[in-house]
Amino acid sequence: MSAPVWNNKVVKWVDDRLPVFTMMHHTAYEYPTPKNLSYMWNFGSLAGFVLVTMILTGIFLVMNYTAHTSMAFDSVERIMRDVNYGWLIRYIHMNGASMFFIVVFIHMFRGLYYGSYKAPREVLWWIGILILLAMMATAFMGYVLPWGQMSFWGATVITNLFSAFPIIGDPLVSWLWGGFSVANPTLNRFFSLHYLMPFVILGLVVLHVWALHAVRSNNPTGVEIKTPQDSIPFHPYYTIKDLFGLGVFLIFFAAFVFFAPDYLGHPDNYIPANPLVTPPHIVPEWYFLPFYAILRSIDFAIFGIPAKLLGVIAMFASIVILFVIPWLDTSKVRSSAFRPVYKWFFWLFVIDTFVLGYCGAKAPDDYFLGIEGLHVITMGQLSTLYYFAHFLVVMPLVGKLERTKPLPASISESVLKGGANA
Amino acid sequence: MSQTAQSSGAHHPDENRRDFLTLATTAVGVVGTGMALWPFVDSMNPSKDVLALASVEVNLSNIAVGQAVKVMWRGKPVFIRHRTEKEINEANEVALNELIDPQTDDERVEKKEWLIVVGVCTHLGCIPMGTATGEARGDYDGWYCPCHGSHYDSSGRIRKGPAPLNLEVPTYTFLTDTSVQIG
Amino acid sequence: MRKFALTAIAAAFAITSFSASSQAAGNAPVPAAQEWSWNGLFGTYDRAQLQRGLQVYKGVCAGCHSLKYIAFRNLTDIGFNEDQVKAIAADYDIEDGPNEEGEMFSRPGIASDYFPSPFPNDQAAAASNGGSIPPDLSLMTKARVNGPDYVFGLLTGYEEEAPEGFDLAEGKHYNHYFPGHQISMAPPLYDDAVEYTDGTPATIEQHAHDVVAFLNWTAQPELEARKSMGMKVILFLIVLTAMLYALKRKIWSDIEH
Repeated sequence: MSAPVWNNKVVKWVDDRLPVFTMMHHTAYEYPTPKNLSYMWNFGSLAGFVLVTMILTGIFLVMNYTAHTSMAFDSVERIMRDVNYGWLIRYIHMNGASMFFIVVFIHMFRGLYYGSYKAPREVLWWIGILILLAMMATAFMGYVLPWGQMSFWGATVITNLFSAFPIIGDPLVSWLWGGFSVANPTLNRFFSLHYLMPFVILGLVVLHVWALHAVRSNNPTGVEIKTPQDSIPFHPYYTIKDLFGLGVFLIFFAAFVFFAPDYLGHPDNYIPANPLVTPPHIVPEWYFLPFYAILRSIDFAIFGIPAKLLGVIAMFASIVILFVIPWLDTSKVRSSAFRPVYKWFFWLFVIDTFVLGYCGAKAPDDYFLGIEGLHVITMGQLSTLYYFAHFLVVMPLVGKLERTKPLPASISESVLKGGANA
Repeated sequence: MSQTAQSSGAHHPDENRRDFLTLATTAVGVVGTGMALWPFVDSMNPSKDVLALASVEVNLSNIAVGQAVKVMWRGKPVFIRHRTEKEINEANEVALNELIDPQTDDERVEKKEWLIVVGVCTHLGCIPMGTATGEARGDYDGWYCPCHGSHYDSSGRIRKGPAPLNLEVPTYTFLTDTSVQIG
Repeated sequence: MRKFALTAIAAAFAITSFSASSQAAGNAPVPAAQEWSWNGLFGTYDRAQLQRGLQVYKGVCAGCHSLKYIAFRNLTDIGFNEDQVKAIAADYDIEDGPNEEGEMFSRPGIASDYFPSPFPNDQAAAASNGGSIPPDLSLMTKARVNGPDYVFGLLTGYEEEAPEGFDLAEGKHYNHYFPGHQISMAPPLYDDAVEYTDGTPATIEQHAHDVVAFLNWTAQPELEARKSMGMKVILFLIVLTAMLYALKRKIWSDIEH
């Protein structure tokens, strides 16, 4: 990586004192990128775009939002009805949350499939998980702000999770609430934190990109860049590819914003919060459903630990376990394209998360897909079992036992042969 | 900017070829970004409920000659003064060429005993004194702005001090002899 | 890997429709889908229908249900001119004040006033309605699953007698679509409940269609602007994306990948 020479005098003057242009040049221009990245590598930059969109729309929404239990709902309606383009900005923000999770989940599944968490990318992967956790906290607190029925009861149910912890549980919950129930102090602190968290995420994203540029991008073969022939500069090749992907994504996003803005939400959130009446079906937003299913599937005590606490532990564990998968995966090969056995388990895991999502959306006593005798709770328990078994059993064992396909000698060799996976 | 950079090692065959497709795509992208930003800018303009803010109706029957009141209109005070004969004469006697912002008294009132002006100093937006009985009314029997010393006369015209313009006259209509609607 | 992306997107759609259908599942039957003028990508509101709906709201619903997010000035959206709006507003007595004596007083409504609520507070509403609070209607069609169809089903779904063996509480009415079937609201509509100024036959179904259309406008007044802007935005994005794709092909043409 050679230092660029700046011809523009102003640029050079600034760069000699603060090498910001050199840094930009290295990270967004010259950055040597594997030449064989598929469209699955578009989702990182898309996530960055959605983050910026969320911050921008959020800042403008705050200009008209009032964080008070007696005014929050009305102020949102005023945004929808009276503020110029208020409905547009709010619908972008509302649907943007879902888009953010869609993009990030695909980004994570891609990382899982191609072993992007394996050495030397463990820290990169960890920061990604921290971003996911921060996103979940932000989304949850943001959902409370319109102060509809789902806002209120979602906040009540989720904060009550913390009451599962012995001894500290109850004081912890009233500390979170700032009172004896979800009320105005709760709304105010959630608003404060909801405004703060995106900037925490932004900081984590900077670290994520920094770590990425230290270890370089993985690629569909999982073989590292060895010679200059393996890589191409980020600009213009991947800037244009990312922009094309952004165009496709924006069409998808706009379809929701303009033609089905409330499709991903719940009608109950258009009823003002009422602490005296719980809606008959409390369901979290779709992106929390798999985790909600894991929480609910633990309906039994083990060794005297009550089910409520176990459920909470299982739910948190389902994310925390992601931190250790770089060591649970014993395979010497990164990419599932060369792992004929693990590949099947990967797809089974993907299906498993969708089954969990389905179970999270249904009442526990419903029948799974209408199949007589198969209760949602049972299916949720089986799926939870596989979720953890995938990481704790499949990853270590398959990695040791599997006969992998021969790896290409280099990225350029695989490109000449016609790609890693047809 | 970065186009000016020369880095050895990397070679970009298409980099400097600003062909039609690149230009056209860039232009469409820039236009699109610009259009996408407009809703954000416009969201900061007055909203529909603010624009529709009610006009105020004021009952004048309780305002004695020589007295003045303040009423709220669009978040700003409006001064309504029931002028005395002396004040009306003072307002009419002054020669136009003596005024900083020349306007006759007739242009500023509908009924000569009622002066109705927006009570915001045209200098930097303070509220001039002189409405309540006993307050300093400046050298010209009108209002005096304490912030930077602007003197307004009994027609609300600027006579001395840094303010550039006369006190603004809002649109108003007399519904009856004793009631006026402002806005 | 291309199929991976497609599978993921398809599955994401599937899962969201699962969750949507789970909300619809309850102990009440799903109301039949109606033909609404605003359905589909290009559907818009029918101004005449919205005005008839306003007549139904004023004549039937307004006695118990508020419409607190709607101001008279909003009625210009449904085809009234400013003088008509002023006349509609002036029919209402609006509480204002305090005046110079510190008293609240009543005055005729003006365009910037909101539809006044029939009850001063929830307690008064409950006291007058056998303990049930008639909900505000401004957002009703957005606040229920399949809102417009549901409200239409509810308005037309009354039975004079509860089915055999159904234990109907005192003061309640049997309704097919209300969760639990026992609703406090007496059947609100009957033939000729409102005499339409445009001569439309005033059947129960007509009343119900019109008032639901009106309430869908009160819930989504931005609908027409949203859809027409959406068309332009998506067309623009398709053009831009096609250009970006062509550019991408050109830039990558010399790279083996």
